[in-house]
Amino acid sequence: MRRATQAVVLLLLGGALLRVGLTDAYLTYVKAGFRPILLAAAVVLLAVAAATVYYEVRERRAACDHGHTHEPRVAWLLVLPVAGLLLVAPTALGAYAATESGTALGAWENMSDYPPLPEGDPAELAVLDYASRAIFDEGRSIGDRRVTLTGFITHGANGEVYLARMILSCCASDARPIKVGLEGAGEWADDTWVRVVGRYSATQTRDAVNNERIPYLAVEGVEGVERPERTYE
Amino acid sequence: MLAEPQTKPDTPVRRPYRPGGLELLALAIVTIVIARPWLVAWLDAPWLQRWTVVFVSVVVQAMPFLVFGVVLSAVIAVFVPPAFFARALPRNPALAVPVAGVAGAVLPGCECASVPVAGAFIRRGVTPAAALAFLLSAPAINPIVLVSTAVAFPGRPSFVAARFAASLLAAVVMGWLWLRLGKADWLRPPPRPHTEGSKLAAFWGSCRHDIVHAGGFLVLGGAVAATLNAVVPERWMTAVAGNPWLSVLALALLAVVLSICSEADAFVAASLTQFSLTARLAFLVVGPMVDVKLVAMQAATFGRAFAARFAPATFVVAVASAVLVGAVLL
Repeated sequence: MRRATQAVVLLLLGGALLRVGLTDAYLTYVKAGFRPILLAAAVVLLAVAAATVYYEVRERRAACDHGHTHEPRVAWLLVLPVAGLLLVAPTALGAYAATESGTALGAWENMSDYPPLPEGDPAELAVLDYASRAIFDEGRSIGDRRVTLTGFITHGANGEVYLARMILSCCASDARPIKVGLEGAGEWADDTWVRVVGRYSATQTRDAVNNERIPYLAVEGVEGVERPERTYE
Repeated sequence: MLAEPQTKPDTPVRRPYRPGGLELLALAIVTIVIARPWLVAWLDAPWLQRWTVVFVSVVVQAMPFLVFGVVLSAVIAVFVPPAFFARALPRNPALAVPVAGVAGAVLPGCECASVPVAGAFIRRGVTPAAALAFLLSAPAINPIVLVSTAVAFPGRPSFVAARFAASLLAAVVMGWLWLRLGKADWLRPPPRPHTEGSKLAAFWGSCRHDIVHAGGFLVLGGAVAATLNAVVPERWMTAVAGNPWLSVLALALLAVVLSICSEADAFVAASLTQFSLTARLAFLVVGPMVDVKLVAMQAATFGRAFAARFAPATFVVAVASAVLVGAVLL
C-alpha cells in the first residue's frame, strides 16, 4: 500500500469515528461514556493522515524518491470497519442476540440496597432495576406500586414472552440481555419496542440458556413505542 | 505480507500510469455508496446483523486504545533515550522481569495499548523478557481494570487480589520462560520505515506505520472474534459448568474467543454465575493475555513465528496460574 493510499485510509477511519462519535450512531457499538475517547482517537487519526500527506508532498517536491516503504496488504482490512460504520449502519443488538445469550442478572446480586421507587404512578424503572428488585429483593421494595418498563420483545425456548434490554459494560461484544417475563401481555413480534405497565408478580422461571432466574411482571397494559436513542441500558 | 523495501533506480523517472490501490479504493467507495440500499437489505439476516455489530464494536472499542498506545510507543521510540531504560530496570534480566511486570500497573489502558508500547520497549533495548512481562501484566493489573473488577464483584476483595496475583504471576513466569527458552530470531518484527530526517518526521512515520499495520491485524482479529462469537452458542457452556476442571478450561477458551477488552471483562465474568469462582478467575487472567484479536496484533508487532509460540505457552501458564491462585485465595 502506498503512503498516499494509507493517508486516505487513515482519513476514512478517522472521519468515520468522528462521524459516529458526533452523531449518536456510536451508541450501537459502545457505551455512552466512550464518546470523548472515541473523538480524541478520531482527531489523532486525522492528524496522522494530515502528517502523512504533508511529508509525502514534501518528499515528492524534494524529489528524494528513496524506496517508498510498501506496507503489508493487511492494512486494506481497515476499510472494512469504515464500510461497516459509514455505509451499512446495522441496527443495535436485539431479540436474536437476546435469545442466544442467557439473562445476565446474576452479576447484579448484592449490587444495591434497593432504595424506594421513584415518584409517580406508574413509577418508571429500568428493566435491570425491576429484575434485581424482583429476584434479589423478592419484590419487597416494589410492593403494590405500578411500574412501567421499556424494552424489546423476545421469546423463550417454550414461547414465553419476555421483555428484554441489552446491558453493555464497554462495547457490544460484551452485551448481555436482562429478561423479564410478561404475564398476560398478549402476542407481540420479536424486536418490537414496547412500554409495559404492570405490578410485581411472584412468578419466576429459568432461562433455558444459562439456567439463571427470570422474574415476571403482571401486565396491565402494553403499548408499542419507537426504538429509543439509547437502546442499551 | 512482509514486503521488502523495493530498490529503485537513482534517477526518478516518470512511470507509465497504472491504476493502483488508491483508484481501486475510490471505485469501491463509489460502488458501495450507489449500492447501499441493496446492501442494507442483503445485510438484514439477524445473525449477519449481530456479526456486523459485534465486529464493528470490537474494532471501534479497541481502536482508540490502539491509537493512544501507538502514540505513546512513538514517543518512547523517538524521544526517550535508550539510556533511560538501562537506568530504570535492573541490569540482571532475571530481576528486570518482575520489575517490568509490576511496572505494568502504571499503564492505565487495555491490551490493545500495551502491544505497541511493549514493541517500542524492545526497540529501545529493553531485554525482551522484561518487555514481554510488561506486555502481559499491564492490561490485567492496572488500576482501571482492578477497580472495575472490584465493582463487578462487590464484597469480594479476595477476588480482586486473586486477579492481581494470578495475572502478575503468569506474566513474570512467561518472562522467565522467555529468558530460558526464548530465541531472539523468533522475535522478528516486520520491517519498519526508515527514520531518517527530523525527529518529528520519525514520530509521525512511526504513528502511521503502527496504526496501519497493527490496525489491519486488529480488524482481522475482530472479524475472527465476531465469527466465533456467532458460531459458539452460549448454551454449550452451561453443559460443562458442573465439572470443576472442564469449567476452568471452558471459560479460559471463552476468554480467547470473545476478545473482550480487559476493562470490561469483569462484568461478563460476574454474569457467568453458573461457573465456579476459579473458572471465572481463569477467564479474567487469560482474556487480557491471549485472545484472538490480541494474538493477531502480537503477530503484527513481533512477527508470526513469535505469536505462534508465545500465545499457546501463555495460555497454559495463565490457566495454571489461575488454578493455583484460585486454590489459595478463593
